[in-house]
Amino acid sequence: MNSIDRRRFLELCGLGGGAVFASALTGCSSLGTAKSADASDFYFVQLSDVHWGFRGPENPDPIGTLPKAIAAVNALPRQPDFIVFTGDLTHTTDDPEERRRRMAEFKGVAAGLKVPTVHFMPGEHDASLDRGAAFQEYFGATHYTFDHKGIHFIVLDNVSDPGARVGTEQLEWLKADLERQDKDAPIVLFTHRPLFDLVPKWDWATRDGAQVIATLMPYRNLTVFYGHIHQEHHHLTGHIAHHSAKSLMFPLPAPGSQEKRTPLPWNPAVPYQGLGFREVDAEPRTAHLAIQEFPVVAT
Amino acid sequence: MKRRDVLRCLGGVAVALPLLELGVGHVRAAEGEGRVIELEARRFRYTPNEIHARAGETLTLAIRAVDFVHGFSMPELGLRSDLPPGRVTRIRVADLPVGRWTFLCDNFCGEGHEEMNGMLIVEA
Repeated sequence: MNSIDRRRFLELCGLGGGAVFASALTGCSSLGTAKSADASDFYFVQLSDVHWGFRGPENPDPIGTLPKAIAAVNALPRQPDFIVFTGDLTHTTDDPEERRRRMAEFKGVAAGLKVPTVHFMPGEHDASLDRGAAFQEYFGATHYTFDHKGIHFIVLDNVSDPGARVGTEQLEWLKADLERQDKDAPIVLFTHRPLFDLVPKWDWATRDGAQVIATLMPYRNLTVFYGHIHQEHHHLTGHIAHHSAKSLMFPLPAPGSQEKRTPLPWNPAVPYQGLGFREVDAEPRTAHLAIQEFPVVAT
Repeated sequence: MKRRDVLRCLGGVAVALPLLELGVGHVRAAEGEGRVIELEARRFRYTPNEIHARAGETLTLAIRAVDFVHGFSMPELGLRSDLPPGRVTRIRVADLPVGRWTFLCDNFCGEGHEEMNGMLIVEA
C-alpha cells in the first residue's frame, strides 16, 4: 500500500498538465466497458461528515454550513444524477432521543436538495452506539447496492459494529454480490471509514478492512469513496484507488501529522476553509471517472 | 482465542498476551510479567493516561474496565484487546522500544470516545 498526494496521483495517471481538478480514479486503469444499454455520461455528488448537532469553536456556523452546501449543489448548472452522503450525518450523542432529533433535523435540511435521488449511509457517530437502529428508522438499510447507467454501486457499513468491523455476515453478502459482477465491470464502493490502515492510532482504519480489500482485489475496475477523515485524500491499495471527502463541519489534520487528531481551528480570515463537497464525473462508455472539488462558499 | 493464535497474530517487537483475571482488588504480579501497571478504563478516560517506562523493560498493563466493553489498542506496537467490564485484562509488553506510543479505545463508547486515549513514553 502506498499513500500518494494529489499531484503524484495526477502524475501517475498522466493528467497533471492543466487538469487541476480532474483525476482518473482507478489508478491509471480504465473503468472497463459498461454493458448497460443506458451507459451515458453522468455525474454524482458526494457530501460527507455533516455532524449535524455539533457545537464548538471549530465551526461558528454549525446550522448554516449544510444549507450553504446544499445551496451550492442546487446552483450547479447541471444537476447530478444522484447525491450520496458518506456518513456521520449527525454528531454523536449518548441520548437516543436526541440522536433521533438530530437525524430528523438533518433529514429535513437535506430535503432541500433539488436532486430527488439521495443515498445515505451511516458513520460511527450515527450508528456505533445503537448498532444502526436509529439510522435505519430514518434512512433505511446501512448496506445495499444499486446500479446506475452501467456502473455497479456498493454501500458498505463499517460503523454499526462499535469495533469498526464489517463483520462476517456482511463480508459474505459482499462476496455474493461481487460474484455476480464481471471482473472488468465498473464498480464504485462507498463506505465511511478507510478500509486500509491509514492512521490506526487515530482510529482511521477498519478492523477487518484487509479482508474487505482482499475480496475487492480481483475486480480490476473498482474505486472506493469514503469519509471519516474530514479532508481530501487519495491512496492506492494495489490497483484500487481510495478517495476520502471533505467534511461539512470541521476539517481534521493531515494523516499522522501530529500526536492527536484534534479538529483544525476555524480561520476567521477564510471562513469554511477546508470544508466542501465533490462531484464525480462518470463516463461509462469511455471508462473514466474524474473528481472535481468544490468549497462550501465560492471565494 | 487460543494462546498460540494470540501469539501468531502479534509478533514484531512486542509480545502481548491478554489474560483475564476475574474479581476486584489489588492486581498482583505473576512470574515474568515485569512491572505491573494498573489502569482503569471508564467513559471516556484511561487512568492513568500517561505511562513512563525504560527501553527494554517488560510491562504488564492490568486494565479494569468499569462501564463498557472498551478497547485497548496500541497499534504501533501491534497490541489490542477488548476490555470486558468487571474483569482485569492483562496485556504484557516485552522489550519496550524507545518512543511515544499512543494507546486508544477503539470500541466506540460514546460522546467522548474520541478523547479516550493515552501515551506510553519509553525512554532510553
